[in-house]
Amino acid sequence: MSTLLEVSGVSVSFDGFRAINNLSIQIAEPELRAVIGPNGAGKTTFMDIITGKTRPDEGRVLWGEKSVSLLSLSESQIARQGIGRKFQKPTVFEAQSVRENLRMSLKNPRGPFDVLLARGKPDDETRIDEIAAEIGLTEALGRRAGELSHGQKQWLEVGMLLAQDPRLLLVDEPAAGMTPAEREHTTDLLKRAAQTRAVVVVEHDMEFVRRLNCKVTVLHEGSVLAEGSLDHVTKNKDVIDVYLGR
Amino acid sequence: MATTDMAGPGFRPAPDRRPFILRNPSVMYFLAALAVFTLGVTLLSEATGVGFLSTSFVKTLGKTLCLCLVAVAMDVVWGYCGILSLGHMAFFGIGGYAIGMWLMYARTEIIVAESLAASVIPPTPDEVRDAIGSQIFGVVGASEFPWVWGFASSLPLQLLMVVAVPGLLALVFGWLAFRTRVAGVYLSILTQAMTLALALYLFQNDSGLRGNNGLSGLQNIPGYGETSQDVISIAFFWASALALALGYVLFAWVVSGKMGSVVRGIRDNEARVRFLGYHVESYKLFIFTLTAVVAGIAGALYYPQAGIINPAELAPIASIYLAVWVAVGGRGRLYGAVIGAAFVSLLSSWFTGGGAPAINLGFYRIQWTDWWLILLGLSFVGVTLFAPKGIGGLFDLIAERRTPDRTGDYGPNDGAWRKEEGREE
Repeated sequence: MSTLLEVSGVSVSFDGFRAINNLSIQIAEPELRAVIGPNGAGKTTFMDIITGKTRPDEGRVLWGEKSVSLLSLSESQIARQGIGRKFQKPTVFEAQSVRENLRMSLKNPRGPFDVLLARGKPDDETRIDEIAAEIGLTEALGRRAGELSHGQKQWLEVGMLLAQDPRLLLVDEPAAGMTPAEREHTTDLLKRAAQTRAVVVVEHDMEFVRRLNCKVTVLHEGSVLAEGSLDHVTKNKDVIDVYLGR
Repeated sequence: MATTDMAGPGFRPAPDRRPFILRNPSVMYFLAALAVFTLGVTLLSEATGVGFLSTSFVKTLGKTLCLCLVAVAMDVVWGYCGILSLGHMAFFGIGGYAIGMWLMYARTEIIVAESLAASVIPPTPDEVRDAIGSQIFGVVGASEFPWVWGFASSLPLQLLMVVAVPGLLALVFGWLAFRTRVAGVYLSILTQAMTLALALYLFQNDSGLRGNNGLSGLQNIPGYGETSQDVISIAFFWASALALALGYVLFAWVVSGKMGSVVRGIRDNEARVRFLGYHVESYKLFIFTLTAVVAGIAGALYYPQAGIINPAELAPIASIYLAVWVAVGGRGRLYGAVIGAAFVSLLSSWFTGGGAPAINLGFYRIQWTDWWLILLGLSFVGVTLFAPKGIGGLFDLIAERRTPDRTGDYGPNDGAWRKEEGREE
């Protein structure tokens, strides 16, 4: 296990409000990590910083064996480094078919001319079918993504992440709006993905986190409050205070 | 255009190796319709047919085909990529100016040569050039050739300018605008400013392009002085039809397949495309520049049929009309743009040309030359509010195929999730 992502001493404020305050987290590869915390703890901002959407005021974000600084890269460059992100609200391309959504996500050259002149490879279609089977959308491949149910859109977005074949998956509340059976399926899928890559799951739902059975980082007011197994952090006095009120 | 794989559940298409056109029936139908139309006009024209259509009407039809071509380009940049450019007629105008410079120069050269042929001493090349200069620029009180006319004597070079100048302008303008992530209504305003600035510059007498006189006599093709306009009009009509056919196929190819997915993805949710690893700005720049080049070509075919080009052609209103045509015809489908441009521009010339009978209300007489713009404005508002799919939407009814309305507004450059993204992230 080697360190894949190193966030150290990162701070960012919006109009004087410190959303992230001297945050340091390390993610190894492979690893499954849950990030929990009350509303406003900075969970989404943490993901925004890694994916390049928000630039921190200070601190370092280093990536991979060569310790590339992600802060100097654009969103699309960061994505091409192998960081995939699933949004809290399912964001798929609703006007396009499930197949098109997945095809666009597949790991292939991303330049305009590469894409324009790309010829459909049979391998790609096979890979799309595999992913569709994994996310239970084989029957829906030809349908427009906008016609899917909320849960199916969640699945599609997970599928798009898998298609990207990233080294680090950032997953924001994957189980929101899912039935218990679907949640179980999601847990399995994330656990399986975490055998070969790093997966960071931001979640509110403690039951879901318990099922992931992994190392947990508790965020509060933009910094790490506690880190360890779920049982360890839930026994922590500070965590109890934050979650149950002072 | 319909997506390529709307197959049933679980259907796994074998890789389709048929030619592109066969895989896209709508392109084939369009080309067939265009071929039938071209053949019909040819058989009815004065030069090659029974003479039912006047030469001036053939020219109007040829010009309309050029407008359809620039509308298709506009549909790609707006309807597919979500960039509401209100400056694409500037590229159209530049194409017209580029070809107009050669037409004027070459024709004046012939006239000057004829008049100097009578003189006892053969004129030196400098004398010929001065004579051409004072012929062309006398109207703005100059006789020197400005630097922009440097290539005007050469048809190949000036044809290169038809694509190079709009292409380079779009490339530089787009690079500056997209790089700084100017989007939505701000980008629309910026493109308006670009076309307005160009028009104002060209209005100046010392811009080197004859100020508000513009370039004229463009219908006289040098070297074909003896050929009648009947023949020239039908030749340009064919050229315009061919250009439209090629442009349509080119754009249908660009917006199909994976490129089309990415481009439509950028329209609907730019941020998401970025997080998939695509460099959105490069894609926008590619589409913006490619459509500008095609607009330039369309302009180069249009103005020889119109006979005259002046800076008013680059006024912002022209680009707004272009957006209206595409909206009326139906955004996001290429044949919609063609229908919109043909329908609205032909209707416009019928109304403003006095073709439509005035309506007498007793207390007021509706003169269509005055009221046409108001009718057009009202129908634009009506289409936007009640039929966002435009005239092209009728094809869905005929085919009984349902394309779900896009969620959220069609705002200039915004994705369906704009509001949600603003709130949450």
